[in-house]
Amino acid sequence: MIEVTAGWYLSLAAVLFSIGLLGILVRRNALIMFMCVELMLNAVNLTFVAAGRALGNLEGQVAVFFVLVVAAAEVVVGLAIIVAIFRRRESASVDELATLRG
Amino acid sequence: MVELVIFVLLGTGAIAGALSVIFAKNPVYAAMGLLGTLFSLGVFYVVNLGHLIAAVQVIVYAGAVLTLFLFVIMMIGVDRVEDTSETIRYQRQLVIGLAAILGVTIAALVIGGEFAWVPLAVDGPIPNGTVENIAGIMFTDWLLPFEVTALLLTIGAAGAIALAYYAPGTSVEDAE
Repeated sequence: MIEVTAGWYLSLAAVLFSIGLLGILVRRNALIMFMCVELMLNAVNLTFVAAGRALGNLEGQVAVFFVLVVAAAEVVVGLAIIVAIFRRRESASVDELATLRG
Repeated sequence: MVELVIFVLLGTGAIAGALSVIFAKNPVYAAMGLLGTLFSLGVFYVVNLGHLIAAVQVIVYAGAVLTLFLFVIMMIGVDRVEDTSETIRYQRQLVIGLAAILGVTIAALVIGGEFAWVPLAVDGPIPNGTVENIAGIMFTDWLLPFEVTALLLTIGAAGAIALAYYAPGTSVEDAE
């Protein structure tokens, strides 16, 4: 009988985090990179919840709650920035934003 | 047994969704893959006794955030082709190798480490994440972070409006 332990969830979270990191470093579309950030945040949330259950501690879930709130605020501001950049540049590719000029 | 089946099925779904985020050519498909991953994680939260967190995950992430993503994707257009040529030579191969090393290393550390043998909440207090229990902690020990969160959300909303607003009749050229 195979028992699912916390290590399984933590490993899955590690894999998801690595996939998100890979996406950020490979893709050029600002929106896709943003989704990869969300993916990494969610992988970390999974470690919080799984570790919290394994250790008999509820505060892991409270931490997840705060991460969710910060992620929501981040999405709102980040997407607003992407839209503002797109209005000006007609592009959402991060490679074209390398000049640091307004 | 049930947990094993859930883990294998939804874990596969979560990884497949994550891979589709980074490999999909069309951002809409990427968003759908992200939706699958987020939903799978929501189910994992339920399995790990995070009932309130799971509900919030589905409502906030799979609902609000994904909808916002889709709005922006539709707004800035999905028809343009992404330039995938790299300015740094061998960046792609290097990055894929490094990401694989990172994932395997962390997973091996977790599986080989002491943490793998911690059974999931067999003895000790069961951290049942009901609304009542979460609120009991959040409104006592975590009250100050909770209040600061309200400030953060207000600033976020104000910032988004400030960034997205431009007066009708003025064009981008006028601002420059």
